[in-house]
Amino acid sequence: MKIHEYQAKALMKERGIPVPEGVVASTVDEAVAAVRPLIESTGNSVVVVKSQIHAGGRGKGRFKEHPDLGGVTVVLEGIQGGIEAAESRVRELATQMIGSTLVTIQTGEEGKVVNRLYVEQGIDIATELYLSVLLDRSTSRNIVMASTEGGTEIEVVAEETPEKIIKEEIDPGFGLTDFQAKRIAYGLGFEGDAFKNGVVFLKNLTAFAVDMDTDLVEINPLVVTTDGMVMALDGKMAFEENALYRHPDVLELRDATEEDAAELEAKEYGLSFISLDGSIGCMVNGAGLAMATMDIIKYVGGEPANFLDVGGGAEKDQIVAAFKLITEDRNVKGIFVNIFGGIMRCDVIANGVVAAVEEVGLDVPLVVRLEGTNVEIGKQIIDKSELNVVSATDMRDGAVKIVELTK
Amino acid sequence: MSVLVNKDTRVLVQGMGKTGSFHTDKAIAYGTNVVGAVHPSKAGQTAHFEGDTDHSGVRGRADLYSVDVPIFRTVREAVEATGANATVVYVPPPFAADAIMEAAEAGVPLIITITEGIPVADMVLAKRYLDGKDVRLVGPNCPGVITPEECKIGIMPGYIHTPGKIGVVSRSGTLTYEAVHQLTLNGLGQTTAIGIGGDPVNGTNFVDALTAFNADPETEGVIMIGEIGGTAEEDAAEWIKANMTKPVAAFIAGTSAPAGKRMGHAGAIISGGKGTAAAKIEALESAGVVMAPTPTDMGSAMLEALGR
Repeated sequence: MKIHEYQAKALMKERGIPVPEGVVASTVDEAVAAVRPLIESTGNSVVVVKSQIHAGGRGKGRFKEHPDLGGVTVVLEGIQGGIEAAESRVRELATQMIGSTLVTIQTGEEGKVVNRLYVEQGIDIATELYLSVLLDRSTSRNIVMASTEGGTEIEVVAEETPEKIIKEEIDPGFGLTDFQAKRIAYGLGFEGDAFKNGVVFLKNLTAFAVDMDTDLVEINPLVVTTDGMVMALDGKMAFEENALYRHPDVLELRDATEEDAAELEAKEYGLSFISLDGSIGCMVNGAGLAMATMDIIKYVGGEPANFLDVGGGAEKDQIVAAFKLITEDRNVKGIFVNIFGGIMRCDVIANGVVAAVEEVGLDVPLVVRLEGTNVEIGKQIIDKSELNVVSATDMRDGAVKIVELTK
Repeated sequence: MSVLVNKDTRVLVQGMGKTGSFHTDKAIAYGTNVVGAVHPSKAGQTAHFEGDTDHSGVRGRADLYSVDVPIFRTVREAVEATGANATVVYVPPPFAADAIMEAAEAGVPLIITITEGIPVADMVLAKRYLDGKDVRLVGPNCPGVITPEECKIGIMPGYIHTPGKIGVVSRSGTLTYEAVHQLTLNGLGQTTAIGIGGDPVNGTNFVDALTAFNADPETEGVIMIGEIGGTAEEDAAEWIKANMTKPVAAFIAGTSAPAGKRMGHAGAIISGGKGTAAAKIEALESAGVVMAPTPTDMGSAMLEALGR
């Protein structure tokens, strides 16, 4: 589960991890009202207006409605013109940004609507660095990854200058040790106050990541200020879904408007669903088989409209819900049900499909492939139902048939 | 012969709730020697299982079964009383990692964890606990391990399996069933089928399973089923190139999966350009593995690999 930058910074602040002062605003007036107290309390006349969406690349991103405007904009007007000038520029920016659609390299062409802004104090930056805490699957440990190449995407650094990436493995029994934190601080070139502050920052941030069950904490850039402070200038966080039950406070930070409505609805029924761009809806049991079903549809020339795993213990209600989700997608021109019954019996699926079609209706072709436990009974149920269903002998046969029928 | 489990395996069940009981019944029906269970709130009781065996045509097997399974408070007590040498964990996610550590502490050499949804941090800790101990963990979030007509530990349908010469190792449940079914249709039985699970932090990986199959005199070839996410398949390819003496066929799920989305399994995600199906397929092909282009071709890919 992802959260917004302003939420991530609030969580870090609670744990004593330095972040710039800032105020979240969901209206133009709130954004403007944030300016005076920020400038007065920090003594810095610069403020930054940052769009809050669950996607990276906001600084280089542009608004559909305002092609010259970036998703993160520095307001310098206060330096010459004072607080009023800063306020009037923030009013102008907020008016354009709130409710507009920001397109970044991570949002896809459709972009994301900006509902909130984060108005933040300006920082006098000496150096920009990169820091993250994430799982290393090959060692089954969390690692700290750091680099002197702040502001650059870590994937690019890894590709072009891998020697600039510093890694330290976190032993779950001990956490990041002092000597490891120092080793990273040396590697990042910290000196004097910045060294001391940096070591504390590293220890606190890794402890936070472990305690809070994050999938990823990424600080890009991490900055050293001109007066030796070490600070998180940005904060990207994702929390591990399986562990959310022990973090009810984090669960409250979920922003449903950032997530796909169909995917959220699916979750309520215990279904695993992902919307895609194609025209063939799929209903499958098992994640691997569901992925493989998408693959084979593509292999024979079609495009899957979704990933949908009904799981191993689906009952009639879930199958009806699954059918509704698929048919609600207007791009769907045909449906392929692909079931390998193990513990899940084919007759249960067949009854579910029949009930779903009766309840939801069906105005697109339906191909059903059943195999495994109680397959004969399942096929009889489908045949007797007099539904307009095409049977398939195996996965490929089913994929070919649904692609033909939707041409 | 087989790997990991056989007719002499003495199985413990951790978590005899609704799911654990359901699958224990199926395992006993299959002929698995379930010797005990751990479920603190039911300790001192016995769980009774009876019914028709699900493959009564097997030589030496009775048509009916009636088995009492004693339930214990702790794994250590259960092992002392029963001599169990394998355990299957059905314990719910918040408590499953502790159940794994408890089994390891009690000296159970094989821990098969079916539970889906264990927090990653718990598994990171459990794996550290297992470091240096002579323990094999399979899973979590996996269908389990089966040696046809000898021992079934997990949730896979027993009847689709046939004894034979092919080792099966897979990150996905239903795709394993699909592969086993196709092997059987192609006249190829299985020595053992191992589900290694769909989580990012797991016990046995492809290399471990391949190593076991390579050393097993009965196994003549291996089919491996991978998916997007992580680099376990690439590691396997490297190992195969250097060490594998038997033919290998493979299928990788997720060629059509978009980046950045978790495809059902917690571990099935392409992140930062890493973990794509294309990279895995390329690595395996360069190691001489016969790739099934579609999931329908897994059986024929295995036949082709055997013929090479």
